[in-house]
Amino acid sequence: MSAPSPAPAAPRSAPVYALVGNPNCGKSTLFNALTGLKQKVGNYPGVTVERKVGTAYTQHGQPLTLIDLPGAYSLAARSPDEAVTRDVLLGRRADTPTPDRIICIADATNLERNLYLVHQILDLGRPVILVLNMMDLAAQAGLTVRADHLSRELGIPVIPCEAAHGKGLIELKLALSRPDLPLPRHAWDIPAALAPAVSELQASLSAQDGKAPLVARAEALLLLTDPDPVRVAGSTPLSAATARILESWKQRWSSDGTDCSGTLVAARYDAIGRLARETIVPPATGAHPTAADATLALSDRIDAVATHPVWGWVIFASIMATMFLGIFTLAGIPMGWIESLMGWLGDHVSALLPPGDFHDLVIDGALAGIGGVIIFLPQILILFFFIGLLESTGYMARAAFIMDRVMSRVGLNGKSFIPLLSSYACAIPGIMAARTIEEPKDRLATILVAPFMSCSARLPVYLLLIAALVSSNEVPLGTQVGLMLLMYFLGTAGAFAFAWLFKKTLLRGAPPLMIMELPPYRLPRLRDVAWQMWERGAVFVKRAGTVILALSIVLWFLANFPKPPAVAEGEPPVDALAHSFAGRAGHAIEPLIAPLGFDWRIGIGLIQSFAAREVFNSSMGVIFAVEESDDEAATQAHLRDALRTAVRPDGTPLFTPLVCLSLMVFYVFAMQCISTIAVVKRETAGWKWPLFQLAYMTGTAWLACFILYQVGRALGF
Amino acid sequence: MNLAQLPVGASAAIQAYPQAGPAFTRLREMGMLPGTRVTLVRVAPLGDPIEIQVRGYRLSLRKSEASQVELAPEPPAAT
Repeated sequence: MSAPSPAPAAPRSAPVYALVGNPNCGKSTLFNALTGLKQKVGNYPGVTVERKVGTAYTQHGQPLTLIDLPGAYSLAARSPDEAVTRDVLLGRRADTPTPDRIICIADATNLERNLYLVHQILDLGRPVILVLNMMDLAAQAGLTVRADHLSRELGIPVIPCEAAHGKGLIELKLALSRPDLPLPRHAWDIPAALAPAVSELQASLSAQDGKAPLVARAEALLLLTDPDPVRVAGSTPLSAATARILESWKQRWSSDGTDCSGTLVAARYDAIGRLARETIVPPATGAHPTAADATLALSDRIDAVATHPVWGWVIFASIMATMFLGIFTLAGIPMGWIESLMGWLGDHVSALLPPGDFHDLVIDGALAGIGGVIIFLPQILILFFFIGLLESTGYMARAAFIMDRVMSRVGLNGKSFIPLLSSYACAIPGIMAARTIEEPKDRLATILVAPFMSCSARLPVYLLLIAALVSSNEVPLGTQVGLMLLMYFLGTAGAFAFAWLFKKTLLRGAPPLMIMELPPYRLPRLRDVAWQMWERGAVFVKRAGTVILALSIVLWFLANFPKPPAVAEGEPPVDALAHSFAGRAGHAIEPLIAPLGFDWRIGIGLIQSFAAREVFNSSMGVIFAVEESDDEAATQAHLRDALRTAVRPDGTPLFTPLVCLSLMVFYVFAMQCISTIAVVKRETAGWKWPLFQLAYMTGTAWLACFILYQVGRALGF
Repeated sequence: MNLAQLPVGASAAIQAYPQAGPAFTRLREMGMLPGTRVTLVRVAPLGDPIEIQVRGYRLSLRKSEASQVELAPEPPAAT
């Protein structure tokens, strides 16, 4: 289509390059290798797609801006990730500069399918550098990859590379240095049946939509490949004139039976198939009929076990159990260190500041808030260590493969399993793990129900209430286990029921696609795993941490102001907490929670639980003036006794078994965690969903407790 | 015969499947075209989804989609 003329010299300011490729082709490894630590992670405005931009240097030390676009199989987008990739490449996003040049990365062991996206990108008429990654694996499989041939055919630099070992990087950086990068010599025959439509659409896209000629042609081809692609906020819509032309062609084709999309894709694959056959020379002799089989042989032996009807489950259960215990137990060790460190820091800072409100603000507000943020880091890092391992080895796709049937029952897909499982330890890492789910509605449904899974912060509350509920000092093991299991069951059932409900109503859409590549097993790249852990940790601290810190200072303020009035000697002191805003709020919500069996004192506990659910226990300790001792068991026993002896104004006991049970059920369902709210805000890019979640979960909790308490009362409990 | 009915280990060429629908657009773009040979590699332990080999790589899809992919009849002696 275009003569192989040199592209205009790169602009004086740092040129913008985009890095594009299929999922699983080593794109992140290459991006990390090119940019090192010079990366910025953010969000594309209005979309829950992560935007990664870094600075890389050419071999001659010239800086360039490198945009790491989300992995995509096609520019005819089927997910928000792919829509962002398409929109950036087509220059449709106002928030991102149109890339001057494009680096395409393709998996040399799976060239044919990888070339499909490359083929679409060559249509754009911009200088392209093609990186053939995993050349070592291709060589192991006995494939000879004729990169020079591909380079001649396409008229662009083609660079063999092993991103995982840093091989080929110098050649790539030399290519980045070239001021005269050629435009692709890219001619392919658009099927004759479609040519008039392509010309007409291209003309209209040029005239009506203001597209450059080649971009207009590429857009026309995409419209014919998928007339109803995924759109995201920020992408410009089609002009009415162009839409009318498209509509009239679609009507014409539907009457004469032309399959425009199929014809177009087939024409591309004809061209690609020829290129791939000329580029890849299979082993001259060998036991395998096709070379591709050789790369898959080892993977197949692993999968014979990993997806076996019996061993598959054993392996799956072992991996999940290890991961879960890792977050649940192993994280406790560094969490203890963080607590000691914050305590030590608090003591030292405390000694430096004169007592007073400022002292309390720094120690109990700010420092405690910072501690409340970094306390989540061990769980997040451990979970993303496992997720990184599972993703880079290829097991993640197998886990989704074997779990898909189960999760499809509630309208989710197999990838929702790990986020939900992790949420039993803590919803924060669980919700962050939901980003591995490509389907946006499934991702949102998973995020919305994840906090129903009983997290470890609820455990101390359950244990205290169970202890208060039974009359003996030793809780019978059966009762304790039975009640705990009941709470976990209720939360899990709630999560699945609401996931099903949301997928039927609010998040209804086209049936979820479960078209998933199963990449060959590979050795994990620990550097990439560590990188991802660091990145997730940093994103959490920067994006969610600030919100958590602000909210915890607000909570601190509410629990400490206004100060109680000074009382004369001999008069009973006014309880500071009861006098504070939080205490007053406890009173204020009493009419609302009385039908659940709760009074204003429990109300204070519920409000303070927003800092973290286990704060309920210390909150009760303060309200019922329980003496704290160093012996934790003794403190627990005192607290339990205080709850048992607490009475309502009329002298009846406050914590009857029914109230304890109702309170436990409230903790199962209610959304009472500012950290979760903050992380949902970050992951859904706005306040809409976290507020919805707060409302629906707390509403569910209220309703469940209302029914439980009122029925219980009617039955005479 | 359709793709969901293919026995494990067997191969066949794709004959046709519906034109419309996001799933089928994507399957085409993933290289499943009329005439393309596919092999059923395995079925997930719970019976769904299935794993197939197409153009030298592995893809999993649900039976609900696979059952709409018609395969070309093979001569009985084909191995």
